[in-house]
Amino acid sequence: MGTPQFASFYPDFYIERLWEKCIKCRRCVKECSYGAHIWDEKKKTLLEDHTKCVGCHRCEAMCPTKAIIIRRHPSEFREHALWTPWFIKNIYKQADQGGVLLTSTGCALPFKNYFDHLVLDACQVTNPPIDPLREPMELRTYIGPKPEALEIEEVNGKFRLKKKLPPLIKLEVPIMFAAMSYGAISLHVHQGLARAARDLGTLYNTGEGGLHASLYEYGSNTIVQCASGRFGLHVDYLKAGVAIEIKIGQGAKPGIGGHLPGEKVTEEISKTRMIPVGSDALSPAPHHDIYSIEDLRGLIYALKEATEYKKLVFVKIAAVHNVAAIASGIVRAGADAVVIDGLKGGTGAAPTMFRDYIGIPIELAISAVDKRLREEGIRHRTSIIASGGIRSSADVVKAIALGADAVYIGTAALIAVGCTMCQRCYTGKCPWGIATNNPELIKRLPPEVAYEKIYNLVKAWAHEIKEMLGAMGINSIESLKGNRDKLRAVGLTKEEMEILEVKHAGE
Amino acid sequence: MWNLTLRAKEISGCGIAGIIHKKGELIPGEMILKAICCQYERGNGLGAGFAAYGIYPDLADYYALHVMAQNRQALEKVEEFLQKNTYLNYQEPIPTKRVKTIKNPPLFKRYFVKPKLEEEEAEFCNLTAEDDRMVQLVMEINEKIEGAYVISSGKNMGVFKGVGFPDEIAEFFRIDEYKAFIWTAHNRFPTNTPGWWGGAHPFTILDWSIVHNGEISSYGTNRRYLELFGYKCTLLTDTEVVAYILDLLIRKHGLPLELACKAMAPPFWIEIDEMPEEERELYTALRILYGGAVLNGPFAILFAYNGGLVGLNDRVKLRPLVAASKGDLYFMASEEAAIRAICPDPEKIWAPKAGEPVIIEMEEGVIPNQKSYLKPRPVEVREDALRIGYIPPSLFSGK
Repeated sequence: MGTPQFASFYPDFYIERLWEKCIKCRRCVKECSYGAHIWDEKKKTLLEDHTKCVGCHRCEAMCPTKAIIIRRHPSEFREHALWTPWFIKNIYKQADQGGVLLTSTGCALPFKNYFDHLVLDACQVTNPPIDPLREPMELRTYIGPKPEALEIEEVNGKFRLKKKLPPLIKLEVPIMFAAMSYGAISLHVHQGLARAARDLGTLYNTGEGGLHASLYEYGSNTIVQCASGRFGLHVDYLKAGVAIEIKIGQGAKPGIGGHLPGEKVTEEISKTRMIPVGSDALSPAPHHDIYSIEDLRGLIYALKEATEYKKLVFVKIAAVHNVAAIASGIVRAGADAVVIDGLKGGTGAAPTMFRDYIGIPIELAISAVDKRLREEGIRHRTSIIASGGIRSSADVVKAIALGADAVYIGTAALIAVGCTMCQRCYTGKCPWGIATNNPELIKRLPPEVAYEKIYNLVKAWAHEIKEMLGAMGINSIESLKGNRDKLRAVGLTKEEMEILEVKHAGE
Repeated sequence: MWNLTLRAKEISGCGIAGIIHKKGELIPGEMILKAICCQYERGNGLGAGFAAYGIYPDLADYYALHVMAQNRQALEKVEEFLQKNTYLNYQEPIPTKRVKTIKNPPLFKRYFVKPKLEEEEAEFCNLTAEDDRMVQLVMEINEKIEGAYVISSGKNMGVFKGVGFPDEIAEFFRIDEYKAFIWTAHNRFPTNTPGWWGGAHPFTILDWSIVHNGEISSYGTNRRYLELFGYKCTLLTDTEVVAYILDLLIRKHGLPLELACKAMAPPFWIEIDEMPEEERELYTALRILYGGAVLNGPFAILFAYNGGLVGLNDRVKLRPLVAASKGDLYFMASEEAAIRAICPDPEKIWAPKAGEPVIIEMEEGVIPNQKSYLKPRPVEVREDALRIGYIPPSLFSGK
């Protein structure tokens, strides 16, 4: 008898098999990459190891006779308001292993979700709502640095620009795909994102893992990322997209670098990332060439020089307490857009404590940054991209009304391709073929399927955004930007409303 | 009782009318009154007003401040402020007549001033610095002196407005005693916050005056955009926003009038995408830079300045606007009937298309301090140490 492993005594999920329906086809055994379903060859029957079940529902979804139900494990601890099963089990895990608690996705705690306390306006009588089925409705958005004023000249009785604008990025829909690296997610998902971005007229972001050779053709819809690990970074990569994002931090784990567990580093990943097969890719917490804002300026201009000033440089930070001042510094350091990733932003792997407790909600951060840049008289010169916990088109509308130019979605795009939020991306065993590089598992999600689902999602959201704009009586997204008049709070405190710059419903 | 405080942005429907004489001949006040009164049903007695250009020819070089005040003390504060910050040439109460239906009107007085400038600015002695200073002073009075508002501040022009039907307000201000080369008028149908004299139209800044029928759904965005340039929207109406946008785009950023109108009511991207290259670049840039100046929502506006009258509809024409001409006289109004009431046989009468401005400027040199905004003017961009969007000139592909 070894040391008891307390964590394994109390599984999270319970696999219920309906024997009257089960035909013992063993599909569940094949589908479960965690080994929770077992075929007993001797007894010719199926067994379950509940401790291995992560609650991904793959077996349930794939069972041809619908003979499986995944439930929360019914076994209960004695109720205690403070010592809930979550804390008890976490302590068991750490007592068993002595390690950092790991998890995936974004903050799972029920902090107040400000999006859910904001309602939108619509026209009645005094101004007419506009019908997007019958009138043009515009979502086109330009990201990048803007001059203060236009210089116009008249030539042969016609007006024209005296000086053209510097390069800007055109988005046909103000929704981009957030940085998710090849490695964290499968090549198929990356291919789906890239194709969807191209057909939707928007951008996807390579994340920190470099760019697979097959994806260079989507360059005009690509943002490449330069993070602290500098994985997969070379000049062709920098030149491959239309923008380079310097990742300082991310909402799921502010203050630390990216994690790609060695389990996920296969041959192909190793080539793209330029690291040995099977090695953990742990990015340092800081960029070791950025210890201050002036160093950031140095890197921004190093990247601009390297790409002949043809690419925009974004700087992405996690929304932390002092986000407004930091964002202002970033704009002043020469960034073309500032990306803010809130508390609820997702990840493939993060320490649980970081995911759940570090950073501030994106709604408050957008408003604070927008306000700060306005106070400094520079808001109209730059772009704010917001991300972290955007779940629906209404969240997009609210984020823009709070002051964002565009948003990134990550988790939503993964749910679109089948993710069930089991929060075990870091294991590399994603049974849905999303957050894995296992050659067998990735077959479960072909690139065409990924493309279609992601494309459909954003197309549907775009349509809903048009409907909401029309209801508000505006026919172009720029009239929503920072337009707090379109928002009212329900159930927020005075202080929260002051930060969000919204009035309470009824006011 | 009336008051000068408002809690929220107000919303209103309305009737509007405007007349201009291209050669600068004076038009009697009765004419505009007739046109606006013909549109009686478009208002509900909660606001009316007139803007008249060319009414102070003897003091045409001075900014004419029409000040509305709640009481003597507020007026005294304004006077103290003007003593300190301006050279005051002449002042007098604005002549009014007692009207039965108008109860407890505020006090109205006009001051003819020039702003005192900092030494450095004065050296250049340029009009821009004077105008800028005047805008600041007006903002300061409106914001800081409780119970007092500057309702117009242009040269050789003035605004008369208040709570009542147009005929009542005209009688109160003795509009029939004025003659002007440009008139605009407004009949208001507010759907909330009635009884607010400052909320009546026209709205002005310097010699820009606006009458407006509509609701600007992008108000929140516009206000925030203007705040970036130091404009303070104290009157909480969307019309005020229009005045400041015009001032910013035309006076400060030097856009020709037509493009300023196109910035406020821009063509759709599908139209822009079809334009020839140079035009496409121009309109794309216009929309990218001036997204915060787009007036979204239903509107028909008339705006005037010392030298011109402009009519503009929103980009899908959700409010009525008709224009007409006869000889040197040009007319614009919400309804054709209003025009026909004063000009039964116009030579030309038409309904301007959505987002297509009707720009009528006077012939050159017919009035003092005449302005023309048909051409682009050099931009005075504030200098900053920022390197937002910096590209070394040698690598910049834009000319």
